[in-house]
Amino acid sequence: MDADDLALFWAAIVAVSILIYVILDGFDLGVGILFGTTRDETHRVQMMNSIAPFWDGNETWLVMIGITLFAAFPVVYTVFLGAFYMPVLLLMVGLIFRGVAFEYRYRTQSTRWLWDRGFSIGSTIVAFVQGAAIGGVMRGIPVKDNQFAGDSMYWLAPFPLLTGLGLVLGYALLGAGWLVMKSEGTLRDWAHARIAWLAAAVLLVLGVAGILTLDHSTITQGHWDDRRWGTIFPVIGALALLGVVLGSRRRRDAVPFAMTVVFFIAAFATLAVMFWPYMIPNSITIADAAAPRASLSFFFYGAGVVVLPVIVAYTIRVYWIFRGKVTRGYE
Amino acid sequence: MVLDPVFLSRLQFAFVVSFHIIFPAFTVGTAAWLATMEAAHMATRNAVYRRVFDFWLKVFAVSFGMGVVTGIVMAFQFGTNWGVLAERMGSIQGPLLGYEGFTAFMLEATFFGVMLLGRSRVSRGSYLFACCMVSLGTMFSSFWILANNSWMQVPLGHTIENGRIIPQDWWLITTGPIQMVRWPHMLFGAFLTTAMCVIATGAWYLLRDVHRAEARVMLHWGLAFVALLVPFQLVVGHLTGDYVHQHQPAKFAAIEARWQSEQPAHEVLFAIPDEAAQRNWLAIDVPKLGSFIATGTWNSREVGLEDFPVADRPPVAIPFFTFRIMVAMGLTMLAVSWFGNVLRALGKLETTRWFHWCMFLSFPTGFVAVIAGWMTAEVGRQPWVVYGLLRTEDALTPSLTGMDVLITLACYVLVYSIVIPFGIYYIYKLLRDGPNSGEAPFGR
Repeated sequence: MDADDLALFWAAIVAVSILIYVILDGFDLGVGILFGTTRDETHRVQMMNSIAPFWDGNETWLVMIGITLFAAFPVVYTVFLGAFYMPVLLLMVGLIFRGVAFEYRYRTQSTRWLWDRGFSIGSTIVAFVQGAAIGGVMRGIPVKDNQFAGDSMYWLAPFPLLTGLGLVLGYALLGAGWLVMKSEGTLRDWAHARIAWLAAAVLLVLGVAGILTLDHSTITQGHWDDRRWGTIFPVIGALALLGVVLGSRRRRDAVPFAMTVVFFIAAFATLAVMFWPYMIPNSITIADAAAPRASLSFFFYGAGVVVLPVIVAYTIRVYWIFRGKVTRGYE
Repeated sequence: MVLDPVFLSRLQFAFVVSFHIIFPAFTVGTAAWLATMEAAHMATRNAVYRRVFDFWLKVFAVSFGMGVVTGIVMAFQFGTNWGVLAERMGSIQGPLLGYEGFTAFMLEATFFGVMLLGRSRVSRGSYLFACCMVSLGTMFSSFWILANNSWMQVPLGHTIENGRIIPQDWWLITTGPIQMVRWPHMLFGAFLTTAMCVIATGAWYLLRDVHRAEARVMLHWGLAFVALLVPFQLVVGHLTGDYVHQHQPAKFAAIEARWQSEQPAHEVLFAIPDEAAQRNWLAIDVPKLGSFIATGTWNSREVGLEDFPVADRPPVAIPFFTFRIMVAMGLTMLAVSWFGNVLRALGKLETTRWFHWCMFLSFPTGFVAVIAGWMTAEVGRQPWVVYGLLRTEDALTPSLTGMDVLITLACYVLVYSIVIPFGIYYIYKLLRDGPNSGEAPFGR
């Protein structure tokens, strides 16, 4: 393979990793967001148990995105993390608090409230910051000499705040779909009752964000003009949300989650159409950002060809081990 | 006061990495220990191994979680604070860390779920397989981290074209002579850290006369393992010193607090190095021993710090003291484990109460040795971040201000000072309560 093909391969891996991450960690972050909206200890234990075996593996996809960028596109890794210096801090604080909660809350009675708050607020912050980062990249990032050329508050603008809110709601919807699929009894009913509201809120917030995009407030709008065919993706997204609501009404337990996944894929494809061939709109393309050929091919033949299929195989295997409804934990 | 973003970023990196390394140092060893106990249980069907396994699994779960969350922070530090390093050295460091993620993180994280919650859902063989995969993952992880750091210590196998670093010989970069002594050094360090904790826990139960059967397993396995491994660790440690002597003479001089070049060279056993006056106070030194330690001959010429331009000299006091602390910890482990085995051979291990205190109090020796050793390696490499290629002061993300870094540093300190003491307290409670008590993971 020549250097351009290798760069495309790794760009595809980054894209697929982001999608996998958003869906997988999305549902467990979403469960974390919903966790804060109930005081019922039985529900809370069931919620925690439904994601306990998966969250760590799911979160690892975020690390995979980071290091794949570092390995294949060091310039993007550098510019992105420089531009989102403060959001990355918030992301870390959120991930730390929600990560330790899984063990800590069962080790104490007296300070359980602290870890429960940390779990729900931490999950919400993580979701918000990731959404804000998407909006921030859509606005464009000033770059000079392969480094971010702005200040640490550059990311703080209305559009990223809106996309941040959108992702919190989107993850909550995924989480609700997960709970419906993995639980029984009152928690299942509780989650079903929230799905329609969340789907409506997602549609509203992302609708407003979409209109702002058309209104030339983001840098990516320019690409839309000659890619009208890409409009199919937001349409699929809206239909998928409708499917979420209808599936939930008929109490079909797997449909809301599956349809929310379709929605996320459609939203991701919409962004991909807007971004292509840029990794950071109007500044850095995939080809600009690619590491030297010797780095890309070393990474490709070992990690890409040999290890990646193995990862996919054992990840599926472990989800299979923990398949089905969770009533009293997994053991 | 002018806030220096380089100094504050160094402080932040030192802070987050020091707290992170505590957990991998412990979990690398614990994963292997758990796999060993599970295998011993399968082989012998002796229920005590299963109780020991279940007990250490709970400890492992808490510390693994803390290792993961403090590790995610590390994955982004290079980009947030050391943007020039990440961009210029990404062609080498990126794939190395990328391999860590692909070969280690996913393996650990995925099979960790099975280990913790899947016992009733898989066969015994599959369960042991999951334990082995977690352990293998932790070892892969240390391999890539050490490959990355070894390249930063002594860059090899690359060329420079138009100012860009281009990897040339990946075989040399990943399995070069320096990596192949430093990786075992770290791996053995991690194994010893866990083994000393296992020994101390067993001794604690003997002191309190509880959980005797489990304590016996912990002491016998732990003492035998440490007694065998420490001599190997001293050998690879010495080989690590050889590479420093050969490739990083300024670091070597700093470790030895040697200001002037000497032939033959003294060995400074203890002193208070004074960087301003470029001399040592209260020095206790041995003639000729310095030459012998460096080269194995009694008359070699050893370079002092005066031979290097001031701008290329590392700090002296930190490498000097941390190196001696590390060696002292290693010798303590050697003494405790060998004496413990003597008592065991004489049949007096379970009755020699004063020695139970010695074993109990030596629980932190591994942690202290690992942190001190890393401080020697990293502070001694200064003023370079990649030795000879990029200075630390030139590696910073250009957009950062001192205030930005001060804010993030303050937040990390605040968050870690909440999360880590609680975690350590919960681990303490688990260790205190011992096997067959307390809640299982996830409160069932």
